[in-house]
Amino acid sequence: MINRECGVFQTTYRGDMALYPVPLAKASYGLLLLVLLALPLAADSHKMAIINLIGLASVGAIGLNILTGYTGQVSLGHGAFMMVGSYTAAILSARYGMPFWIGLPAGGAVAAAVGAFFGIPSLRIKGLYLAIATLAAQFIIEWCINHITWIGGGAQSSIYVPTPTFFGWEINNEYRRYFLVLPVCVLAYVAAQNLVRSRVGRAFIAIRDRDVAAEIIGVDIFKYKLLSFAVSSFYAGVAGALWTYYLKIANYEHFILSTSISYLAMIIIGGLGSVLGSVFGAVFITLLPIVLVYVVEGIARLFGFTYFTIADFLANLRLIIYGGLIILFLAIEPEGLYRMWGSIKRYFRLWPFSY
Amino acid sequence: MAQLEIREVSKHFGGVQALLRVSVDVPKGEILSVIGPNGAGKTTLVNCVNGVFHPEAGRILLDGTDLTHLSPPRIAALGIARTFQNIALFRGMTVLDNLMLGRHIHMKNGVFRSVLYWGPGRKEEIAHREVVEDIIDFLEIEAIRKQVVGSLPYGLQKRVELGRALALHPKILLLDEPMGGMNIEEKEDMARFILDVNDEWGTTIVLIEHDMGVVMDISQRVVVLDLGTKIAEGTPKEVKNNPLVIKAYLGAKAVA
Ligand SMILES: Nc1ncnc2c1ncn2[C@@H]1O[C@H](COP(=O)(O)OP(=O)(O)OP(=O)(O)O)[C@@H](O)[C@H]1O
Ligand SMILES: [Mg+2]
Repeated sequence: MINRECGVFQTTYRGDMALYPVPLAKASYGLLLLVLLALPLAADSHKMAIINLIGLASVGAIGLNILTGYTGQVSLGHGAFMMVGSYTAAILSARYGMPFWIGLPAGGAVAAAVGAFFGIPSLRIKGLYLAIATLAAQFIIEWCINHITWIGGGAQSSIYVPTPTFFGWEINNEYRRYFLVLPVCVLAYVAAQNLVRSRVGRAFIAIRDRDVAAEIIGVDIFKYKLLSFAVSSFYAGVAGALWTYYLKIANYEHFILSTSISYLAMIIIGGLGSVLGSVFGAVFITLLPIVLVYVVEGIARLFGFTYFTIADFLANLRLIIYGGLIILFLAIEPEGLYRMWGSIKRYFRLWPFSY
Repeated sequence: MAQLEIREVSKHFGGVQALLRVSVDVPKGEILSVIGPNGAGKTTLVNCVNGVFHPEAGRILLDGTDLTHLSPPRIAALGIARTFQNIALFRGMTVLDNLMLGRHIHMKNGVFRSVLYWGPGRKEEIAHREVVEDIIDFLEIEAIRKQVVGSLPYGLQKRVELGRALALHPKILLLDEPMGGMNIEEKEDMARFILDVNDEWGTTIVLIEHDMGVVMDISQRVVVLDLGTKIAEGTPKEVKNNPLVIKAYLGAKAVA
């Protein structure tokens, strides 16, 4: 992340193509990993919970960015694909006693299949129309879970999941959950970085940038659009499954349309077409309501209101701020926070000799 | 037998007959120019060859294989590459990545190998990077290989687009006005690259070009289209003195 590229020259293609081409970058990633591993030492349970939520959101956001940011296919069904992963994991663990490390990839796999299916309209339609078609996915999947008792489990469509364990080690508090979330995040991040810089990812970007040209150089648009839906939904499914093991319950209300929209907000604010930007967006959107509550509550108290009178207002305010930020970023900084990060990095590249 | 055979191809758009029973044979290793006034159907012909459009009548054969109804990716895989009249690069990507996309059909890495980027997957990426670097050297674009294509000047973008087509290692290269909008110096560079490609790799080249000087200089044979029909064919000299051709061009000028 912190790479000062100046004065480093690669002499082999292999060196030039490395993910972290600068020695300092390698070291800084190592350092970052150490910091992440040591984080629980410095944070209380409440802060760990927030960090875990950021991790969960990051996995989902990276997935959506692969589809929307890299392949250029807008989706309003991301929440639904998370729902598929969530219920898959819940069914496997609650009814068949499967461990979480089977539930996670299984949730991803089932979501990938469902996502690819709902990606079929993308072969014919684009942009806003595709967004509406994926909206259908959101409602159809929600309906299925609410009306097919075998999937939703009947009453309130909730499935309770036993505490996940890793060879007898119970994952039952925020600190332990962190060590469930962190490895998934790191894997998701590295996998996405690798994907977007190699053959499959290039084909995705080609479709986004110029689909006719992509076809004439031999990219099978049909195949790669569906593949992008599948990969993106795999991420969504894993994120949904992780969410289920985290909360120990699968419930459709966690993955409704506004979930899909907040994930779109994450990648737009963080940076379309940037894996790191997805993480920035996840941090931002996860922290936003928390900070908002503090601020609004503080102001409300000044005027003598109680929390209950402002709760409704808060929920709406959050949505208004999402909307405002999406518009703001699309208009002013379409490459999002990632771009701002780039500017800061460029500034420090030659620092302190900037001239 | 010619390498590329275009047999009696017709294509219309609404009331416009863009191509009417056009036949062209291109022998292996030839540089063939297709000329004609604006709207003659040159681009449409190229679009039919690489599957962007499918003709209503007629057939197109590559080494005897019928590709009239194949999809563009299939035709690319059979060895036909092209550039566009209005550049169609992947603007958000670097020069390198654009050229690497030219290698797409020759690579095998799927999702799993791409995600791992280790062992065979990485080996393949590096091997094809080497092929691409050769093309970068050949086109003298080393200095811009890491630049995002959208930020490059027009002439260089045209050169990068040629590079992407070359990266396919095609049997046949279709160039739709590769020198359009270039200054004389850039045109000379482009003409040299086209001749070198033909010379070094024996690539068959179909060139659409308006600049008669260039056409006369580098092509072995010229086909003239006007209003969707082929009105002349022959060596540059023959075509230049053909009264029908002169009339088509003068007519076009008189209308304009
Ligand atoms: N996609 C399309 N839809 C409708 N009409 C088209 C289409 N493509 C080409 N045409 C029409 O077909 C005719 C031939 O066009 P084409 O682009 O092949 O000409 P051209 O010889 O390449 O001309 P130029 O020198 O201007 O590039 C024109 O009348 C054009 O308007
Ligand atoms: Mg044309």
